[in-house]
Amino acid sequence: MYAQMVETGTKRLKTLEEMSPEERDFQEKVDAETKIEAKNWMPDGYRKTLIRQISQHAHSEIVGMLPEGNWVTRAPTLKRKLQLMAKIQDEAGHGLYLYSAMETLGADRDEEIQKLHDGKAKYSSIFNYPTLNWADMGAVGWLVDGAAIVNQVVLQRTSYGPYSRAMVRICKEESFHQRQGYQILLDMMREGTQEQKDMVQDAINRLWWPALMMFGPHDDESPNSQQSMVWKIKRKSNDELRQMFIDQTIPQLEFLGCTVPDPDLKWNEERGHYDFGDINWKEFYDVLKGNGPCNRERIATRKKAIDDGAWVREAAVAYAAKQKQRADKAA
Amino acid sequence: MTQQEVLQEYLLRLADSDMILGQRLSELTGKAPAVEEELAVMNVALDLVGQARNWYEYAAELINDGRDADKLVFLRDAHEYRNLLMVEQPNDDYAVTMARQFFFDVWHYFTLKSLVNASDERVATIAAKAVKEATYHLRRSSEWVKRMGDGTEESHRRIQDAFNLLWRFTGELITPDEVDHAMFKAGIGPDPEQIKQDWFGMVREVAAQATLTVGEEDAWMYMGGKRGEHTEHLGHILAVMQFLPRAYPDATTW
Repeated sequence: MYAQMVETGTKRLKTLEEMSPEERDFQEKVDAETKIEAKNWMPDGYRKTLIRQISQHAHSEIVGMLPEGNWVTRAPTLKRKLQLMAKIQDEAGHGLYLYSAMETLGADRDEEIQKLHDGKAKYSSIFNYPTLNWADMGAVGWLVDGAAIVNQVVLQRTSYGPYSRAMVRICKEESFHQRQGYQILLDMMREGTQEQKDMVQDAINRLWWPALMMFGPHDDESPNSQQSMVWKIKRKSNDELRQMFIDQTIPQLEFLGCTVPDPDLKWNEERGHYDFGDINWKEFYDVLKGNGPCNRERIATRKKAIDDGAWVREAAVAYAAKQKQRADKAA
Repeated sequence: MTQQEVLQEYLLRLADSDMILGQRLSELTGKAPAVEEELAVMNVALDLVGQARNWYEYAAELINDGRDADKLVFLRDAHEYRNLLMVEQPNDDYAVTMARQFFFDVWHYFTLKSLVNASDERVATIAAKAVKEATYHLRRSSEWVKRMGDGTEESHRRIQDAFNLLWRFTGELITPDEVDHAMFKAGIGPDPEQIKQDWFGMVREVAAQATLTVGEEDAWMYMGGKRGEHTEHLGHILAVMQFLPRAYPDATTW
Protein backbone atom coordinates (compact mmCIF):
# COMPACT_ATOMS: atom_id res chain seq x y z
CA MET A 1 0.00 0.00 0.00
CA TYR A 2 1.66 3.12 -1.17
CA ALA A 3 -0.90 5.61 0.13
CA GLN A 4 -1.60 5.91 3.82
CA MET A 5 -4.08 8.03 5.75
CA VAL A 6 -5.29 10.06 2.82
CA GLU A 7 -7.19 13.11 4.04
CA THR A 8 -10.70 13.34 2.57
CA GLY A 9 -11.77 16.64 4.10
CA THR A 10 -15.03 15.21 5.38
CA LYS A 11 -16.12 15.05 9.00
CA ARG A 12 -19.16 12.86 8.45
CA LEU A 13 -20.85 11.14 5.55
CA LYS A 14 -23.72 12.79 3.72
CA THR A 15 -26.95 10.90 3.15
CA LEU A 16 -28.36 10.77 -0.37
CA GLU A 17 -31.09 13.23 0.75
CA GLU A 18 -28.51 15.78 1.86
CA MET A 19 -26.70 15.69 -1.47
CA SER A 20 -27.16 18.12 -4.34
CA PRO A 21 -28.59 16.60 -7.53
CA GLU A 22 -25.11 16.46 -9.03
CA GLU A 23 -23.67 14.76 -5.98
CA ARG A 24 -26.52 12.27 -5.91
CA ASP A 25 -26.04 11.49 -9.59
CA PHE A 26 -22.33 10.99 -8.97
CA GLN A 27 -22.87 8.74 -5.95
CA GLU A 28 -25.41 6.63 -7.84
CA LYS A 29 -22.91 6.12 -10.63
CA VAL A 30 -20.26 5.06 -8.12
CA ASP A 31 -22.73 2.72 -6.42
CA ALA A 32 -23.56 1.19 -9.80
CA GLU A 33 -19.81 0.54 -10.37
CA THR A 34 -19.69 2.91 -13.36
CA LYS A 35 -16.17 4.35 -13.62
CA ILE A 36 -15.78 8.08 -13.12
CA GLU A 37 -13.75 9.64 -15.92
CA ALA A 38 -11.72 12.85 -16.02
CA LYS A 39 -14.42 14.90 -17.74
CA ASN A 40 -17.28 13.76 -15.50
CA TRP A 41 -18.58 15.96 -12.72
CA MET A 42 -17.21 14.96 -9.33
CA PRO A 43 -17.40 16.41 -5.82
CA ASP A 44 -14.51 18.64 -4.91
CA GLY A 45 -13.60 16.37 -1.99
CA TYR A 46 -13.46 13.35 -4.27
CA ARG A 47 -11.13 15.15 -6.65
CA LYS A 48 -8.86 16.38 -3.87
CA THR A 49 -8.77 13.01 -2.13
CA LEU A 50 -7.82 11.29 -5.36
CA ILE A 51 -5.10 13.84 -6.11
CA ARG A 52 -3.68 13.26 -2.63
CA GLN A 53 -3.86 9.49 -2.93
CA ILE A 54 -2.48 9.20 -6.46
CA SER A 55 0.29 11.70 -5.81
CA GLN A 56 1.26 9.82 -2.63
CA HIS A 57 1.32 6.68 -4.66
CA ALA A 58 3.47 8.29 -7.37
CA HIS A 59 5.84 9.84 -4.81
CA SER A 60 6.18 6.40 -3.20
CA GLU A 61 7.27 4.86 -6.48
CA ILE A 62 9.95 7.51 -6.93
CA VAL A 63 11.18 7.68 -3.32
CA GLY A 64 11.04 3.88 -3.29
CA MET A 65 13.80 3.80 -5.88
CA LEU A 66 16.26 5.17 -3.31
CA PRO A 67 16.51 2.18 -0.95
CA GLU A 68 17.11 0.04 -4.05
CA GLY A 69 19.59 2.52 -5.47
CA ASN A 70 21.50 1.86 -2.26
CA TRP A 71 22.18 -1.70 -3.48
CA VAL A 72 21.95 -1.62 -7.26
CA THR A 73 25.63 -0.68 -7.47
CA ARG A 74 26.48 -3.63 -5.20
CA ALA A 75 24.28 -6.35 -6.67
CA PRO A 76 26.32 -9.57 -6.42
CA THR A 77 25.79 -11.10 -9.87
CA LEU A 78 25.02 -9.86 -13.37
CA LYS A 79 21.61 -11.51 -13.24
CA ARG A 80 20.65 -9.85 -9.95
CA LYS A 81 21.99 -6.50 -11.11
CA LEU A 82 19.96 -6.63 -14.32
CA GLN A 83 16.83 -7.67 -12.42
CA LEU A 84 17.19 -4.86 -9.92
CA MET A 85 17.87 -2.30 -12.64
CA ALA A 86 14.77 -3.45 -14.51
CA LYS A 87 12.72 -3.20 -11.32
CA ILE A 88 13.94 0.34 -10.68
CA GLN A 89 13.14 1.26 -14.26
CA ASP A 90 9.63 -0.14 -13.87
CA GLU A 91 9.17 1.96 -10.74
CA ALA A 92 10.19 5.14 -12.54
CA GLY A 93 7.64 4.16 -15.19
CA HIS A 94 4.94 3.62 -12.55
CA GLY A 95 5.73 7.02 -11.08
CA LEU A 96 5.40 8.67 -14.46
CA TYR A 97 2.19 6.80 -15.22
CA LEU A 98 0.65 7.72 -11.88
CA TYR A 99 1.61 11.39 -12.16
CA SER A 100 -0.16 11.38 -15.53
CA ALA A 101 -3.27 9.81 -13.98
CA MET A 102 -3.10 12.50 -11.30
CA GLU A 103 -2.84 15.25 -13.90
CA THR A 104 -6.14 14.13 -15.47
CA LEU A 105 -7.67 15.57 -12.29
CA GLY A 106 -6.25 19.00 -12.98
CA ALA A 107 -3.29 18.71 -10.60
CA ASP A 108 0.20 19.81 -11.62
CA ARG A 109 3.09 17.39 -11.27
CA ASP A 110 5.67 20.02 -10.35
CA GLU A 111 3.42 21.51 -7.68
CA GLU A 112 2.75 18.13 -6.13
CA ILE A 113 6.46 17.30 -6.12
CA GLN A 114 7.13 20.64 -4.47
CA LYS A 115 4.65 19.70 -1.72
CA LEU A 116 6.59 16.47 -1.20
CA HIS A 117 9.86 18.37 -0.85
CA ASP A 118 8.26 20.88 1.52
CA GLY A 119 7.11 18.03 3.76
CA LYS A 120 3.45 18.73 2.94
CA ALA A 121 2.83 15.55 0.96
CA LYS A 122 3.48 12.03 2.11
CA TYR A 123 4.82 8.84 0.62
CA SER A 124 4.70 5.34 2.02
CA SER A 125 6.30 5.09 5.46
CA ILE A 126 8.17 1.93 4.45
CA PHE A 127 10.72 3.81 2.36
CA ASN A 128 11.98 5.62 5.43
CA TYR A 129 13.63 2.43 6.60
CA PRO A 130 17.20 1.71 5.55
CA THR A 131 18.28 -1.23 3.38
CA LEU A 132 21.17 -2.68 5.34
CA ASN A 133 22.12 -5.91 3.63
CA TRP A 134 21.69 -7.53 0.23
CA ALA A 135 18.79 -9.71 1.41
CA ASP A 136 16.82 -6.48 1.86
CA MET A 137 16.51 -6.41 -1.94
CA GLY A 138 14.74 -9.74 -1.71
CA ALA A 139 12.70 -8.82 1.34
CA VAL A 140 11.61 -5.49 -0.13
CA GLY A 141 10.44 -7.24 -3.28
CA TRP A 142 8.64 -9.96 -1.38
CA LEU A 143 7.15 -8.02 1.56
CA VAL A 144 6.90 -4.43 0.36
CA ASP A 145 5.81 -5.14 -3.19
CA GLY A 146 3.71 -7.96 -1.76
CA ALA A 147 1.90 -5.57 0.58
CA ALA A 148 1.51 -3.09 -2.27
CA ILE A 149 -0.04 -5.75 -4.49
CA VAL A 150 -2.63 -6.76 -1.89
CA ASN A 151 -3.78 -3.16 -1.90
CA GLN A 152 -3.44 -2.54 -5.59
CA VAL A 153 -5.25 -5.65 -6.74
CA VAL A 154 -8.26 -4.23 -4.93
CA LEU A 155 -7.58 -0.76 -6.34
CA GLN A 156 -8.00 -2.15 -9.85
CA ARG A 157 -11.70 -1.74 -9.03
CA THR A 158 -11.34 1.80 -7.69
CA SER A 159 -14.03 4.18 -8.92
CA TYR A 160 -11.80 6.59 -10.84
CA GLY A 161 -11.15 5.20 -14.34
CA PRO A 162 -7.60 6.46 -15.03
CA TYR A 163 -6.40 5.31 -11.58
CA SER A 164 -8.06 1.94 -11.96
CA ARG A 165 -6.45 1.36 -15.36
CA ALA A 166 -3.04 2.42 -14.05
CA MET A 167 -3.43 -0.19 -11.31
CA VAL A 168 -4.16 -2.97 -13.78
CA ARG A 169 -0.90 -2.34 -15.57
CA ILE A 170 1.16 -1.73 -12.44
CA CYS A 171 -0.11 -4.89 -10.71
CA LYS A 172 1.29 -7.11 -13.44
CA GLU A 173 4.78 -5.70 -13.02
CA GLU A 174 4.60 -5.67 -9.23
CA SER A 175 3.71 -9.37 -9.15
CA PHE A 176 6.78 -10.05 -11.22
CA HIS A 177 8.92 -8.04 -8.79
CA GLN A 178 7.45 -9.87 -5.85
CA ARG A 179 8.29 -13.29 -7.27
CA GLN A 180 11.82 -12.14 -8.07
CA GLY A 181 12.25 -10.80 -4.54
CA TYR A 182 11.06 -14.05 -3.04
CA GLN A 183 13.41 -15.99 -5.32
CA ILE A 184 16.39 -13.99 -4.03
CA LEU A 185 15.52 -15.07 -0.50
CA LEU A 186 14.69 -18.65 -1.45
CA ASP A 187 17.97 -19.17 -3.30
CA MET A 188 19.95 -17.91 -0.33
CA MET A 189 17.98 -20.04 2.14
CA ARG A 190 18.34 -23.16 0.02
CA GLU A 191 21.86 -22.91 -1.30
CA GLY A 192 23.45 -20.10 0.66
CA THR A 193 26.04 -20.12 3.40
CA GLN A 194 25.07 -19.57 7.03
CA GLU A 195 26.06 -15.92 6.63
CA GLN A 196 23.63 -15.53 3.73
CA LYS A 197 20.83 -17.24 5.65
CA ASP A 198 21.46 -14.87 8.53
CA MET A 199 21.15 -11.94 6.12
CA VAL A 200 17.73 -13.18 5.04
CA GLN A 201 16.44 -13.56 8.59
CA ASP A 202 17.87 -10.18 9.55
CA ALA A 203 16.15 -8.49 6.61
CA ILE A 204 12.79 -10.08 7.53
CA ASN A 205 13.22 -9.12 11.18
CA ARG A 206 13.73 -5.47 10.28
CA LEU A 207 11.12 -5.19 7.54
CA TRP A 208 8.23 -7.28 8.91
CA TRP A 209 6.58 -4.72 11.17
CA PRO A 210 7.18 -1.75 8.84
CA ALA A 211 5.55 -3.83 6.06
CA LEU A 212 2.46 -4.37 8.23
CA MET A 213 2.35 -0.65 8.95
CA MET A 214 2.07 0.03 5.23
CA PHE A 215 -1.65 -0.71 5.46
CA GLY A 216 -2.19 2.25 7.77
CA PRO A 217 -3.93 2.60 11.14
CA HIS A 218 -6.74 0.41 12.48
CA ASP A 219 -10.10 1.02 10.85
CA ASP A 220 -11.57 2.71 13.93
CA GLU A 221 -8.68 5.19 13.93
CA SER A 222 -8.90 5.91 10.26
CA PRO A 223 -11.62 8.58 9.98
CA ASN A 224 -10.95 9.26 6.30
CA SER A 225 -11.36 5.63 5.27
CA GLN A 226 -15.15 5.70 5.56
CA GLN A 227 -15.57 8.51 3.06
CA SER A 228 -13.06 6.89 0.71
CA MET A 229 -15.00 3.63 0.92
CA VAL A 230 -18.29 5.33 0.07
CA TRP A 231 -16.62 6.98 -2.92
CA LYS A 232 -15.13 3.58 -3.73
CA ILE A 233 -11.67 5.10 -3.96
CA LYS A 234 -10.84 2.54 -1.29
CA ARG A 235 -12.49 -0.84 -1.64
CA LYS A 236 -11.35 -2.68 1.48
CA SER A 237 -10.44 -1.44 4.94
CA ASN A 238 -6.89 -1.20 6.28
CA ASP A 239 -7.40 -4.08 8.72
CA GLU A 240 -8.97 -6.33 6.09
CA LEU A 241 -6.05 -5.75 3.73
CA ARG A 242 -3.48 -6.29 6.46
CA GLN A 243 -5.10 -9.59 7.40
CA MET A 244 -5.15 -10.71 3.77
CA PHE A 245 -1.47 -9.90 3.47
CA ILE A 246 -0.51 -11.80 6.61
CA ASP A 247 -2.62 -14.81 5.67
CA GLN A 248 -0.99 -15.14 2.29
CA THR A 249 2.55 -14.32 3.46
CA ILE A 250 2.99 -16.67 6.44
CA PRO A 251 2.90 -19.90 4.38
CA GLN A 252 5.57 -18.38 2.11
CA LEU A 253 7.60 -17.46 5.19
CA GLU A 254 7.39 -21.03 6.45
CA PHE A 255 8.42 -22.36 3.07
CA LEU A 256 11.53 -20.18 3.33
CA GLY A 257 12.26 -21.66 6.73
CA CYS A 258 12.29 -18.21 8.36
CA THR A 259 10.39 -16.58 11.19
CA VAL A 260 8.87 -13.18 11.90
CA PRO A 261 9.62 -11.24 15.09
CA ASP A 262 6.10 -11.67 16.51
CA PRO A 263 5.62 -14.15 19.38
CA ASP A 264 1.83 -13.72 19.12
CA LEU A 265 1.61 -14.89 15.54
CA LYS A 266 -0.42 -18.10 15.29
CA TRP A 267 -3.12 -19.68 13.16
CA ASN A 268 -6.62 -19.18 14.56
CA GLU A 269 -8.73 -22.10 13.42
CA GLU A 270 -11.97 -20.45 14.50
CA ARG A 271 -11.38 -17.22 12.60
CA GLY A 272 -9.70 -18.93 9.67
CA HIS A 273 -6.99 -16.29 9.88
CA TYR A 274 -3.63 -15.75 11.54
CA ASP A 275 -3.68 -13.83 14.81
CA PHE A 276 -0.82 -11.41 15.25
CA GLY A 277 0.63 -9.08 17.87
CA ASP A 278 0.15 -5.36 18.38
CA ILE A 279 1.74 -3.00 15.93
CA ASN A 280 3.89 -0.28 17.47
CA TRP A 281 1.70 2.63 16.42
CA LYS A 282 3.92 5.17 18.09
CA GLU A 283 6.67 4.20 15.68
CA PHE A 284 4.23 4.44 12.76
CA TYR A 285 3.14 7.97 13.68
CA ASP A 286 6.73 9.00 14.41
CA VAL A 287 7.77 7.89 10.93
CA LEU A 288 4.81 9.70 9.36
CA LYS A 289 5.81 12.86 11.21
CA GLY A 290 9.28 12.68 9.72
CA ASN A 291 11.05 10.84 12.50
CA GLY A 292 11.90 7.58 10.80
CA PRO A 293 15.48 6.41 10.25
CA CYS A 294 15.79 7.81 6.72
CA ASN A 295 13.07 10.46 6.28
CA ARG A 296 15.50 13.34 6.11
CA GLU A 297 17.90 11.61 3.74
CA ARG A 298 15.16 10.46 1.38
CA ILE A 299 13.64 13.91 0.98
CA ALA A 300 17.04 15.61 0.85
CA THR A 301 18.13 13.28 -1.96
CA ARG A 302 14.95 13.84 -3.97
CA LYS A 303 15.07 17.59 -3.43
CA LYS A 304 18.70 17.74 -4.49
CA ALA A 305 17.96 15.73 -7.64
CA ILE A 306 15.18 18.10 -8.70
CA ASP A 307 17.03 21.27 -7.61
CA ASP A 308 20.30 20.25 -9.28
CA GLY A 309 18.36 19.26 -12.38
CA ALA A 310 16.58 22.61 -12.73
CA TRP A 311 19.07 23.92 -15.28
CA VAL A 312 18.70 20.72 -17.32
CA ARG A 313 14.94 21.05 -17.52
CA GLU A 314 15.25 24.78 -18.28
CA ALA A 315 17.67 23.99 -21.11
CA ALA A 316 15.20 21.54 -22.63
CA VAL A 317 12.41 24.13 -22.50
CA ALA A 318 14.61 26.90 -23.95
CA TYR A 319 15.85 24.64 -26.75
CA ALA A 320 12.32 23.53 -27.65
CA ALA A 321 11.23 27.19 -27.79
CA LYS A 322 14.13 28.06 -30.08
CA GLN A 323 13.39 25.11 -32.33
CA LYS A 324 9.76 26.14 -32.57
CA GLN A 325 10.74 29.70 -33.38
CA ARG A 326 13.03 28.46 -36.15
CA ALA A 327 10.34 26.21 -37.56
CA ASP A 328 7.81 29.07 -37.52
CA LYS A 329 10.26 31.32 -39.31
CA ALA A 330 10.97 28.70 -41.95
CA ALA A 331 7.26 28.11 -42.55
CA MET B 1 49.46 -13.17 -28.54
CA THR B 2 47.61 -15.83 -30.46
CA GLN B 3 44.66 -14.86 -32.58
CA GLN B 4 42.33 -16.17 -29.87
CA GLU B 5 44.09 -14.26 -27.12
CA VAL B 6 43.69 -11.10 -29.13
CA LEU B 7 39.99 -11.75 -29.49
CA GLN B 8 39.65 -12.43 -25.76
CA GLU B 9 41.38 -9.16 -25.04
CA TYR B 10 39.14 -7.32 -27.48
CA LEU B 11 35.97 -8.86 -26.03
CA LEU B 12 37.00 -7.84 -22.52
CA ARG B 13 37.47 -4.26 -23.71
CA LEU B 14 33.97 -4.16 -25.14
CA ALA B 15 32.52 -5.87 -22.08
CA ASP B 16 34.36 -3.79 -19.49
CA SER B 17 33.48 -0.46 -21.10
CA ASP B 18 29.79 -1.43 -21.21
CA MET B 19 29.90 -2.70 -17.65
CA ILE B 20 31.63 0.26 -16.07
CA LEU B 21 29.45 2.81 -17.85
CA GLY B 22 26.36 0.84 -16.82
CA GLN B 23 27.64 0.86 -13.25
CA ARG B 24 28.24 4.62 -13.33
CA LEU B 25 24.75 5.25 -14.69
CA SER B 26 23.14 3.07 -12.04
CA GLU B 27 24.71 5.34 -9.41
CA LEU B 28 22.20 7.94 -10.60
CA THR B 29 19.18 5.97 -9.35
CA GLY B 30 16.74 8.45 -7.84
CA LYS B 31 19.07 11.35 -8.65
CA ALA B 32 18.28 12.18 -12.28
CA PRO B 33 16.96 15.67 -13.15
CA ALA B 34 13.44 14.46 -14.04
CA VAL B 35 11.35 11.31 -13.73
CA GLU B 36 11.58 10.84 -17.51
CA GLU B 37 15.37 10.85 -17.18
CA GLU B 38 15.26 8.26 -14.38
CA LEU B 39 13.61 5.99 -16.89
CA ALA B 40 15.97 6.84 -19.74
CA VAL B 41 19.18 6.57 -17.68
CA MET B 42 18.20 3.19 -16.29
CA ASN B 43 17.17 2.03 -19.74
CA VAL B 44 20.60 2.84 -21.16
CA ALA B 45 22.32 1.30 -18.13
CA LEU B 46 20.29 -1.89 -18.53
CA ASP B 47 21.18 -2.13 -22.21
CA LEU B 48 24.86 -1.69 -21.44
CA VAL B 49 25.04 -4.25 -18.65
CA GLY B 50 23.03 -6.65 -20.81
CA GLN B 51 25.49 -6.19 -23.66
CA ALA B 52 28.39 -6.60 -21.25
CA ARG B 53 26.97 -9.92 -20.15
CA ASN B 54 26.87 -11.16 -23.75
CA TRP B 55 30.46 -10.16 -24.38
CA TYR B 56 31.63 -11.64 -21.03
CA GLU B 57 29.92 -14.93 -21.72
CA TYR B 58 31.71 -15.28 -25.04
CA ALA B 59 35.01 -14.18 -23.50
CA ALA B 60 34.61 -16.70 -20.68
CA GLU B 61 34.04 -19.52 -23.15
CA LEU B 62 37.21 -18.63 -25.02
CA ILE B 63 39.31 -18.08 -21.90
CA ASN B 64 38.00 -21.44 -20.68
CA ASP B 65 39.76 -21.46 -17.31
CA GLY B 66 36.66 -22.14 -15.20
CA ARG B 67 35.68 -18.49 -14.79
CA ASP B 68 32.19 -17.53 -15.87
CA ALA B 69 30.88 -14.06 -16.75
CA ASP B 70 30.23 -13.23 -13.09
CA LYS B 71 33.75 -14.14 -12.06
CA LEU B 72 35.15 -11.92 -14.80
CA VAL B 73 33.08 -9.02 -13.51
CA PHE B 74 33.39 -9.49 -9.79
CA LEU B 75 36.82 -11.04 -9.26
CA ARG B 76 39.20 -9.12 -11.50
CA ASP B 77 41.15 -6.21 -10.05
CA ALA B 78 41.50 -2.79 -11.68
CA HIS B 79 44.68 -3.58 -13.61
CA GLU B 80 42.86 -6.48 -15.27
CA TYR B 81 40.01 -4.28 -16.43
CA ARG B 82 40.24 -3.16 -20.06
CA ASN B 83 37.60 -0.42 -20.22
CA LEU B 84 38.13 3.01 -21.72
CA LEU B 85 39.11 5.68 -19.21
CA MET B 86 36.17 7.80 -20.40
CA VAL B 87 33.52 5.51 -18.90
CA GLU B 88 35.03 5.41 -15.42
CA GLN B 89 34.91 9.20 -15.01
CA PRO B 90 32.48 10.35 -12.30
CA ASN B 91 28.92 11.45 -13.08
CA ASP B 92 29.59 14.97 -11.82
CA ASP B 93 26.80 17.29 -13.11
CA TYR B 94 24.37 16.14 -15.79
CA ALA B 95 26.41 17.90 -18.48
CA VAL B 96 29.44 15.75 -17.68
CA THR B 97 27.23 12.65 -17.52
CA MET B 98 25.80 13.50 -20.94
CA ALA B 99 29.08 14.55 -22.60
CA ARG B 100 30.66 11.29 -21.42
CA GLN B 101 27.70 9.39 -22.81
CA PHE B 102 27.80 11.23 -26.12
CA PHE B 103 31.54 10.74 -26.75
CA PHE B 104 31.16 7.09 -25.86
CA ASP B 105 27.95 6.56 -27.83
CA VAL B 106 29.47 7.89 -31.06
CA TRP B 107 32.39 5.48 -30.72
CA HIS B 108 30.13 2.65 -29.58
CA TYR B 109 27.63 3.10 -32.41
CA PHE B 110 30.21 3.08 -35.22
CA THR B 111 32.14 0.23 -33.62
CA LEU B 112 29.06 -1.96 -33.25
CA LYS B 113 27.84 -1.05 -36.71
CA SER B 114 31.09 -2.41 -38.08
CA LEU B 115 31.09 -5.47 -35.80
CA VAL B 116 27.76 -6.53 -37.28
CA ASN B 117 29.83 -7.62 -40.30
CA ALA B 118 32.52 -9.38 -38.28
CA SER B 119 33.84 -12.64 -39.68
CA ASP B 120 33.31 -14.13 -36.22
CA GLU B 121 29.66 -15.16 -36.18
CA ARG B 122 29.18 -14.83 -32.44
CA VAL B 123 30.56 -11.30 -32.44
CA ALA B 124 28.32 -10.37 -35.36
CA THR B 125 25.23 -11.75 -33.59
CA ILE B 126 25.89 -9.91 -30.34
CA ALA B 127 26.67 -6.70 -32.22
CA ALA B 128 23.50 -6.94 -34.32
CA LYS B 129 21.35 -6.74 -31.20
CA ALA B 130 23.56 -4.19 -29.47
CA VAL B 131 23.71 -1.76 -32.37
CA LYS B 132 19.94 -1.24 -32.22
CA GLU B 133 20.27 -0.18 -28.61
CA ALA B 134 23.33 1.95 -29.30
CA THR B 135 21.45 3.75 -32.08
CA TYR B 136 18.88 4.88 -29.55
CA HIS B 137 21.59 5.79 -27.01
CA LEU B 138 23.34 7.98 -29.55
CA ARG B 139 20.15 9.67 -30.67
CA ARG B 140 19.32 10.46 -27.06
CA SER B 141 22.74 11.77 -26.01
CA SER B 142 23.05 13.83 -29.23
CA GLU B 143 19.69 15.42 -28.53
CA TRP B 144 20.72 16.29 -25.00
CA VAL B 145 24.02 17.76 -26.13
CA LYS B 146 22.07 19.98 -28.52
CA ARG B 147 19.51 20.94 -25.89
CA MET B 148 22.23 21.87 -23.44
CA GLY B 149 24.48 23.56 -25.96
CA ASP B 150 21.71 25.57 -27.57
CA GLY B 151 19.51 25.87 -24.48
CA THR B 152 20.23 28.50 -21.83
CA GLU B 153 23.42 30.39 -21.04
CA GLU B 154 24.01 28.20 -18.02
CA SER B 155 23.45 24.94 -19.87
CA HIS B 156 25.74 26.08 -22.67
CA ARG B 157 28.50 26.92 -20.20
CA ARG B 158 28.09 23.60 -18.39
CA ILE B 159 28.15 21.37 -21.46
CA GLN B 160 31.06 23.31 -22.96
CA ASP B 161 32.96 22.86 -19.67
CA ALA B 162 32.12 19.15 -19.78
CA PHE B 163 33.39 18.86 -23.36
CA ASN B 164 36.62 20.58 -22.31
CA LEU B 165 36.97 18.42 -19.19
CA LEU B 166 36.49 15.11 -20.97
CA TRP B 167 38.25 15.88 -24.24
CA ARG B 168 41.52 14.39 -22.97
CA PHE B 169 39.81 10.99 -22.71
CA THR B 170 38.53 10.95 -26.31
CA GLY B 171 41.90 10.04 -27.83
CA GLU B 172 41.69 6.56 -26.40
CA LEU B 173 38.43 5.90 -28.27
CA ILE B 174 40.01 6.45 -31.65
CA THR B 175 43.70 5.65 -31.22
CA PRO B 176 44.29 2.04 -32.25
CA ASP B 177 46.87 -0.21 -30.63
CA GLU B 178 48.15 -3.63 -31.72
CA VAL B 179 44.94 -5.37 -30.59
CA ASP B 180 42.76 -3.04 -32.65
CA HIS B 181 44.99 -3.49 -35.68
CA ALA B 182 45.03 -7.28 -35.29
CA MET B 183 41.27 -7.43 -34.94
CA PHE B 184 40.84 -5.38 -38.09
CA LYS B 185 43.25 -7.61 -39.96
CA ALA B 186 41.35 -10.69 -38.78
CA GLY B 187 38.15 -9.31 -40.30
CA ILE B 188 36.50 -8.84 -36.91
CA GLY B 189 37.21 -5.34 -35.62
CA PRO B 190 36.46 -2.09 -37.44
CA ASP B 191 38.92 -0.20 -39.62
CA PRO B 192 40.62 2.09 -37.07
CA GLU B 193 41.05 4.86 -39.62
CA GLN B 194 37.36 4.70 -40.52
CA ILE B 195 36.26 4.81 -36.86
CA LYS B 196 38.38 7.88 -36.31
CA GLN B 197 36.88 9.67 -39.32
CA ASP B 198 33.33 8.69 -38.43
CA TRP B 199 33.82 9.68 -34.80
CA PHE B 200 35.16 13.13 -35.63
CA GLY B 201 32.56 13.62 -38.32
CA MET B 202 29.65 12.93 -35.99
CA VAL B 203 31.10 14.75 -32.98
CA ARG B 204 31.83 17.87 -35.02
CA GLU B 205 28.41 17.83 -36.67
CA VAL B 206 26.51 17.55 -33.38
CA ALA B 207 28.81 20.06 -31.67
CA ALA B 208 28.17 22.57 -34.46
CA GLN B 209 24.42 22.16 -34.10
CA ALA B 210 24.84 22.54 -30.37
CA THR B 211 26.96 25.72 -30.84
CA LEU B 212 29.84 24.04 -29.00
CA THR B 213 33.52 23.92 -29.78
CA VAL B 214 35.50 20.72 -29.62
CA GLY B 215 39.16 20.26 -28.73
CA GLU B 216 42.05 19.79 -31.10
CA GLU B 217 42.76 16.43 -32.68
CA ASP B 218 46.36 16.64 -31.58
CA ALA B 219 45.60 17.72 -28.01
CA TRP B 220 47.32 15.79 -25.23
CA MET B 221 45.38 12.61 -24.53
CA TYR B 222 45.14 10.52 -21.37
CA MET B 223 45.18 6.86 -22.35
CA GLY B 224 45.90 3.50 -20.76
CA GLY B 225 42.57 1.87 -19.97
CA LYS B 226 42.86 -0.63 -22.78
CA ARG B 227 46.07 -1.99 -21.27
CA GLY B 228 44.85 -1.86 -17.67
CA GLU B 229 46.33 1.44 -16.52
CA HIS B 230 43.37 3.35 -15.17
CA THR B 231 42.49 6.59 -13.44
CA GLU B 232 42.09 6.48 -9.67
CA HIS B 233 38.33 6.17 -10.06
CA LEU B 234 38.19 2.57 -11.23
CA GLY B 235 39.47 1.08 -7.98
CA HIS B 236 36.63 2.75 -6.10
CA ILE B 237 34.03 1.64 -8.63
CA LEU B 238 35.22 -1.95 -8.23
CA ALA B 239 35.36 -1.69 -4.43
CA VAL B 240 31.63 -0.97 -4.47
CA MET B 241 30.64 -3.24 -7.33
CA GLN B 242 32.61 -6.29 -6.15
CA PHE B 243 31.89 -5.92 -2.44
CA LEU B 244 29.58 -8.91 -1.93
CA PRO B 245 31.44 -11.61 -3.88
CA ARG B 246 34.70 -10.45 -2.29
CA ALA B 247 33.32 -10.23 1.25
CA TYR B 248 31.59 -13.62 1.00
CA PRO B 249 33.94 -15.76 -1.08
CA ASP B 250 32.28 -18.97 0.13
CA ALA B 251 28.91 -17.99 -1.29
CA THR B 252 28.29 -19.86 -4.53
CA THR B 253 24.79 -18.56 -5.18
CA TRP B 254 23.04 -15.23 -4.67
